[in-house]
Amino acid sequence: MFVLIVGCGRVGSAIAKSMLAERNEVSVLDENPEAIALLNRGQEQTWEDMGGSFTVGTALEIDALLAAGIEGADAFVASTDGDNTNLVIAQIAQRRFEVDRVVVRVLDPARARWYAQQGLQTVCPTQTAIELLEAAVRGQIRFEGVSG
Amino acid sequence: MYVMVVGAGKVGWNLARELIEKHHEVTVIEGSRRRYEIVEEELEHSIQFGDGSELWVLERAGIERADLVIAVTGDDEDNILISQVAREKYGVERVVARCNNPRNLQHFELLGIKPAVSATDLILRLIEHEVPQYGLVHLLDLKEERLEIIEVEVAEGSAAAGTAVKELGLPDGSLVISILRDGGGFVPNGDSVVEGGDEVLLVLDIGLESEVTSRFQGQVTA
Repeated sequence: MFVLIVGCGRVGSAIAKSMLAERNEVSVLDENPEAIALLNRGQEQTWEDMGGSFTVGTALEIDALLAAGIEGADAFVASTDGDNTNLVIAQIAQRRFEVDRVVVRVLDPARARWYAQQGLQTVCPTQTAIELLEAAVRGQIRFEGVSG
Repeated sequence: MYVMVVGAGKVGWNLARELIEKHHEVTVIEGSRRRYEIVEEELEHSIQFGDGSELWVLERAGIERADLVIAVTGDDEDNILISQVAREKYGVERVVARCNNPRNLQHFELLGIKPAVSATDLILRLIEHEVPQYGLVHLLDLKEERLEIIEVEVAEGSAAAGTAVKELGLPDGSLVISILRDGGGFVPNGDSVVEGGDEVLLVLDIGLESEVTSRFQGQVTA
């Protein structure tokens, strides 16, 4: 499948690398040209030599989304560092470009919950952390090292 | 009327002041502490500090009873989100949003946020009006009705100069609604003659613009 990831921070770059390793076509869009360093880090070949693509552009600009290949995307990940940006571009991907699988990262649990009710596939790392930490405090789960 | 203004920049602050003068109940929400403190000196209890895209901040300010929400922050994604939750989550009937980058207007439209006001776009239109390029000004676009009203300058020596309205050969779906000449204007009939230097207002179906305006423009000299 063809995966478009908007926002190449820790989260976006990690998803991009996994998806490419699983032999998917992967395109990454970020406004910072230096963000490609995260895709190259720890790899033997550069991101582009491995067949990944990287576009510099602002998420809200339709031209940037088109250049990154949104029209052919089977899956779309909104993982910029702005909740509102993610929620807006995810809706653009869903409603305007009719991408089949849209996932969006939202740090604020309240906004995440409401937009999930409106039909967006929302991942809220804050909520996940709250649930895991509560379970660990109650002793319901116990983990070695890093969990989550 | 209870009005919530999100964003205390120049637009938000001045709007709030005008609305308060008109005896409306106003709450402004501002996310920058520095800016909040400056504006609070004047607006006092009418401004609250907080991130206006956080739902609890909107709720604390009483968004559920707001008659009008105005989203005028400097970030289009914030204005879109605030407008969307105001209308769809809290059932606010009237929402006005500011669009900072006119290229983002399409996103406001896609997500059903109207009216979205773009100052850049408005100023561009004013510039067009004052400095008409190609002699054409868009006065009004009625997108949903698929109509537009334009103003076009009649070039000397164009096909239209010296021709009666009924002889202009305008396509179906276009109509001359007035002629401006020598500082005045009138509503023409079919026999009114268009002169070079006139400004003509027309209403047309979207898409006819270039066909219509070509009749008013002069010969292109190479």
